[in-house]
Amino acid sequence: MKQSKYKGWLYLLPAIIFLGVFMVYPLIDVIVYSFEEGYNFVSQTSTGTGLYNYRYVLHDTYFVQALKNTFVLVIITVPVSTGLALLISLALSSVKPLRNLFQTVYFLPYVTNTLAVGLVFMVLFKKTEYSDGMINLLIHFFGGSTVDFIDGPHWAKMLVMCIYTVWIVLPFKILILTSALASVKEDYYRAARVDGTRPSRIFFRITLPMISPMIFYLIITGFIGAFKAYSDEVALFGTDLNSAGMNTMVGYIYDMLYGNSGGYPSFASAAALILFAVVFTITCINLMVSRNNVHY
Amino acid sequence: MKIKLDHVTKRFPNRNKKIREDVIAVNDFTFDIPDGKLIGLLGPSGCGKSTTLNLISGLEMPTAGRIYFGDTDVTDLPAENRGVGLGFQHYALYPHLTVLDNITFPLGNLRGAEKLTKEQMRAKAMEVAKLVQISELMERRPSELSGGQQQRVAIARALVKMPSVLLLDEPLSNLDARLRLQTREELARIQKETGITTIFVTHDQEEAMSISDLIVVMKDGVIHQIGKPQEVYDKPCNLFVAKFLGTPPINVFEGTLKKGTLYIGDEAVLDVKLTENDASDDKKAKAKQADSDRTVWVGIRPEGFVPDAEGPLSCSLSKIEVMGRDTSVVSTHPAFVGTTIRSIIPSEDAAGIEGETVRFRLKPAKVCLFDHETEETIPFEAR
Repeated sequence: MKQSKYKGWLYLLPAIIFLGVFMVYPLIDVIVYSFEEGYNFVSQTSTGTGLYNYRYVLHDTYFVQALKNTFVLVIITVPVSTGLALLISLALSSVKPLRNLFQTVYFLPYVTNTLAVGLVFMVLFKKTEYSDGMINLLIHFFGGSTVDFIDGPHWAKMLVMCIYTVWIVLPFKILILTSALASVKEDYYRAARVDGTRPSRIFFRITLPMISPMIFYLIITGFIGAFKAYSDEVALFGTDLNSAGMNTMVGYIYDMLYGNSGGYPSFASAAALILFAVVFTITCINLMVSRNNVHY
Repeated sequence: MKIKLDHVTKRFPNRNKKIREDVIAVNDFTFDIPDGKLIGLLGPSGCGKSTTLNLISGLEMPTAGRIYFGDTDVTDLPAENRGVGLGFQHYALYPHLTVLDNITFPLGNLRGAEKLTKEQMRAKAMEVAKLVQISELMERRPSELSGGQQQRVAIARALVKMPSVLLLDEPLSNLDARLRLQTREELARIQKETGITTIFVTHDQEEAMSISDLIVVMKDGVIHQIGKPQEVYDKPCNLFVAKFLGTPPINVFEGTLKKGTLYIGDEAVLDVKLTENDASDDKKAKAKQADSDRTVWVGIRPEGFVPDAEGPLSCSLSKIEVMGRDTSVVSTHPAFVGTTIRSIIPSEDAAGIEGETVRFRLKPAKVCLFDHETEETIPFEAR
């Protein structure tokens, strides 16, 4: 028995070494960095330990801006994309002809490169010397005036950002939800039909609870994904997100490390830990809410 | 509620698109189901039993024919307006709801004047729960129940609206043997207590025989025979019905009718008088033919054999299986269709059976004759 105990650890060793070197050690290092004050990257020395890094980051207007942007993005895109995906999946599972075609069309964004999609959005929204973009053409058609979506007011940029994010996360959610809907046994619906159940009641009392684990999964991963948004912003607004006012928390962390104003691992670490705390809190809240509403 | 099916036919388009011909699941059904009875729809798998049930429930619409509940034509009525309760083979209990919520679910659909308060729903649910004996399980979820309990919940849910007709699709097939025996008695009791016309589907002839007031034997979408279980067992209308009912199954021999005597092989086993008194020419011709030699199928129920040293039918003995109350004698005969003849005799009569051959006398009431070509029953009297 004793021998088999060591054997088990031996089998786990490769994974433990890799995880230790590439995951656990960096994580601990980040925590250490975040408390080291006046850390010098070149001489690898610091002037002391304390909460200065956190205080600096929290008072940095760019950070506050990034925090606000991220929160807006999360609060708008997660419910909208999940709800929209549910609607589309319901529609998809209730039509028979052309279902495969629609499924393919809805899945296309998932296999398309982010930067290519960014280019398409440029055509739609960007104002250039030659055109105001497709959306502006539409706005003109309905009698509105030109809005500069990419370099204009903050709300317009935020709108584009949200549409972009929703659009990019939608395919995966539709894929998950259509298969979840398909896995609900036909007998449940037949039983409900014989009892004369209204469609709305069938949806809320049968369909929704039955696919609730999948919805919950999408919401959790959606929250985490939206909190970690960065590359989509770069695709739309370029690398200088701070001056565009469109930075996100991950973007801020990146800028602190490598950007033009970079070279501050301590500030980056502190920001990363704040992000971690936020995601952790939200996920905990999600788990608590789900306990009563998700049926496995 | 009396139910009447009038030339009901259901076709499905063939899955294999190369074959244009439709699949006929139910072919020209006509039968009356009397009020307040327990009816068993019996047949091998794929014979259209479940489709028949779905047609009555309204989940499927017939291709042709009419369906009546009482005097009302319900053919075009959707399922929810027919007032039927339906129990599914796999129960289809909502896994996220408690037993109580499952049972009250149909009540929650009532609207307008019929709308019930929570307390009323609860009271009704408790009432049916008591009937099917699950009162103490109301707060549990389906996954915490045994198969038999789940089945009771499913029946309770089907019953809670007090439907005019209760339809059960293979209600016992998911239970183990002992539970099946117990639950089928429960089913009969529940049906008696409520007096609701109940139709259940089964492929298990024993199940259908034991509890039904009336059984409907089907095969390939066609009704073969409708009748009281004992009646269908004793007087099957054709070879299929005879073979399908009874365990062990009926023993079928190839025999010959010669001048009022039935021969199996060279042995004259029974003197018979055909009672085909139908006046039609066709039948008369047949009757005439019957006077000359006529090859027939002879079906003998396992309990139709009486061991008798002087008996006319001699079989070579294979083995004797003692089953306590009865003894099963396994033997062979050259004219037998199949491999072994299985006869059931009371254990006290089995004492003398030994050696190479066993001789039997036949009980005329347990013998059936079938036409060699049409496999229809040939009615006869023993002389």
